[in-house]
Amino acid sequence: MSLFDVSFFAENFVALCRGIPLTLQLTLLSVTSGAVLAVLLASFRLSGNRVLDGLARGYIFVFRGTPLLVQLYIIYYGLSQFPELRKSFAWPFLREAYWCASLALCLNTAAYSAEIIRGGVIAVPLGQIEAAKAYGMGGLTLLRRIIAPQAFRLMLPAYSNELILVVKSTALASTITMMEVTGIAAKLISATYRPVEIFIAAGTIYLLLNFFITRLLRLLEHRLSRDQRPQLAATGEHA
Amino acid sequence: MGAYFDLMGFAETGWGFDMLRATAVTLAVALSGFGFGAIFGMLSAAASLSPVSALRHLADGYTTTLRGIPDLLVIYLFYFGGSTVVTQLGHLFGAEGFVSAPVFLTGALAIGVVSGAYQAEVFRGAVLALSRGEIEAAKAYGMGPFLRFRRIILPQAARFAIPGLGNVWQLVLKESALISVVGLVELMRQAQIGAGSTRKPFTFFLTAGVLYLLISLVSGAAFRAAERRSMRGIRRA
Repeated sequence: MSLFDVSFFAENFVALCRGIPLTLQLTLLSVTSGAVLAVLLASFRLSGNRVLDGLARGYIFVFRGTPLLVQLYIIYYGLSQFPELRKSFAWPFLREAYWCASLALCLNTAAYSAEIIRGGVIAVPLGQIEAAKAYGMGGLTLLRRIIAPQAFRLMLPAYSNELILVVKSTALASTITMMEVTGIAAKLISATYRPVEIFIAAGTIYLLLNFFITRLLRLLEHRLSRDQRPQLAATGEHA
Repeated sequence: MGAYFDLMGFAETGWGFDMLRATAVTLAVALSGFGFGAIFGMLSAAASLSPVSALRHLADGYTTTLRGIPDLLVIYLFYFGGSTVVTQLGHLFGAEGFVSAPVFLTGALAIGVVSGAYQAEVFRGAVLALSRGEIEAAKAYGMGPFLRFRRIILPQAARFAIPGLGNVWQLVLKESALISVVGLVELMRQAQIGAGSTRKPFTFFLTAGVLYLLISLVSGAAFRAAERRSMRGIRRA
């Protein structure tokens, strides 16, 4: 038995690729819903209201301070302890590993993203906000025209790190029976006892996914920072 | 509430001792993993700062790979890879069937390899934060690389590394929960066992969560104290 068998590797690589759609679905679902929750949490943190700020702080502390696996198990296994919940409208969702995994990932990434968004908003230069106020902008106009576009660009590098973490975290869904890339890998490893080839194949898939995501976000950041690049600003092009 | 304390209490029918013992195992495996990670991290940081380009590429490959793939996969690799080796060794000595690798050791090593990739970046940043003049002065005094490392680089880099190491420790602590999947009876696995035999999964997993939160609170305070202590002699803006 050689240490690395190329045809075995290729065969399993194809098998593992069947898990990519589920990995991507879990990522997309949790990232989009997590972003909505994160915006809400960040606005609580920035509201200046002590109660709202405290609430968001507590949420972020709990979800960043405990393992994702605990959060996942509380949702998937723990909630079944309450008979009232088992009779409620939410049960058809909370019974499914797919929705439990998405929910746990969403709640978890929201805690991290909220701080990233808050960081982006704080990083918008105060002078710009003062200038906008002097122009008579207020409330939503100020947010839409001045704060949001700049905060969005400023938070992209940190957010791309968070996206990689989410892709990696989807692997935990395999512990509650989801057959995404890591789930398939675990099944193949325990069926064949050839961990090296399967690990390299699965690892390659994750590295490629993360590579594309970071590239995509860097491209987005590049496009959004057009006005920051001096040579183009000199030709008078608008952002 | 009373029912909760009966369940998690320290009486004969309570799960208190089991949960505490499991918390100790979690701490032990996380600390060992963190320790292994410090070794891998220092080696990798040294390689990435070395003038040999092959070493730099090696270190770069290590940190980008291990930070880009799920920890769970690494744990599976170490557990099943270790077991394959142990099984084959066992067959040499006449054992039969599957022999499992020691879960504590493989788990701690897996966490060590992953956290080493994060610690490498922390150490690298800490060394780069030293002022070049100090290293040049040490060279001018005729200190060799080892003496320079021990007297000049290590004491100062350790100070810069503390905040970053605190973050990595929190990561390691949470990661240690994943070792439950290969059967080490740490906090998470113990909670699963309790949940299974009492049919109270919410109570057990919530308790586990609270215990993780407590460990992270206490260790966070310890890291902040260490940071303050290490900065005693430094003037800050």
